[in-house]
Amino acid sequence: MNLLRLFTRQQSGAAARERLQVLLAHDRANTGDSELVTKLRDEILRAISKHMEVDADKVSVKIERGVPVSTLFVDVEIPSDAERKAA
Amino acid sequence: MGKVIVVTSGKGGVGKTTSTAALGAALAQTGAKVVVVDFDVGLRNLDLVMGAERRVVYDLVNVIQGEAKLTQALIRDKRVETLFLLPASQTRDKDNLTPEGVERVITALRKAFDFVICDSPAGIERGATLAMRHADVAIVVTNPEVSSVRDSDRIIGLLDSKTLKAENGETMEKHLLLTRYDSVRAERGDMLKVDDVLEILSIPLLGIIPESMDVLRASNVGSPVTLADGRSAPAIAYFEAARRLTGETLPIVIPGDKRGLFGKIFGRRAA
Repeated sequence: MNLLRLFTRQQSGAAARERLQVLLAHDRANTGDSELVTKLRDEILRAISKHMEVDADKVSVKIERGVPVSTLFVDVEIPSDAERKAA
Repeated sequence: MGKVIVVTSGKGGVGKTTSTAALGAALAQTGAKVVVVDFDVGLRNLDLVMGAERRVVYDLVNVIQGEAKLTQALIRDKRVETLFLLPASQTRDKDNLTPEGVERVITALRKAFDFVICDSPAGIERGATLAMRHADVAIVVTNPEVSSVRDSDRIIGLLDSKTLKAENGETMEKHLLLTRYDSVRAERGDMLKVDDVLEILSIPLLGIIPESMDVLRASNVGSPVTLADGRSAPAIAYFEAARRLTGETLPIVIPGDKRGLFGKIFGRRAA
């Protein structure tokens, strides 16, 4: 066995604990499920469509669960001529 | 009136059936009248682990459907005379378990036995919820591993909402039984620590069962590990867990902690 590897290797038990703590905080609160993400995606799309033309397939909504905060990523692709069209 | 205990976990393969048999036999050896009930309809295995597979005539579903009397379906253990088994059906599915039927059987067993230990199927479906429904006490069997801990957390949620006790506004008494604990992996830091699991699930610890060949060996010969080799490490851990279940206070030793320098050196090498 590689001696250096033996000494430098991260202990995976601690990683397991941290991952579980984050996961269970969300499991218990039941937040960030796919239903919510779908709802957000539709509402965001509707809001943007009022002002510019966007392709429904070009909107991506993601949630990264974390403790103490989760992050909501909204990625909307806007064609360069979209504003003109809507106007 | 006897105590109804459900052995549950959510995840499969963590040691529910092994623990049901071992704890049942340990309690019965003290003279208590014990029945172990297999709720895994369609995939019965408690009969095998108990070594009674060739003596099964009637099962839980037969009793629920009124095709057999409870006394006809109960199988008395050949080694401990206060230990009984109520097997599950192998051919029918879980839909044959009706809430009313289960209630009738549990009520009758509670009158006749000191301990009624229900071996829950894996999952969170009908079989699992019916197995826990009438319990006074729950034993949550967990491996120190991420998917098992997550499923245990889910099961604890169900114990606190879907059981009769919960519906009556009472709190379900819950105990954590940590099984398949590998002291070599724990020492290397590659396993969730006992304290980690306890902190995450926050229910009291009933015992720690070490990962051991003795468990496999006992199931091979069809004997609860507490009957097959009462002096093996897992058997001792189960005997102590059984005593805690009856209210005794015993210190919990983390497997591997007693090992000396030799054991540690050997343990590292073996890994």
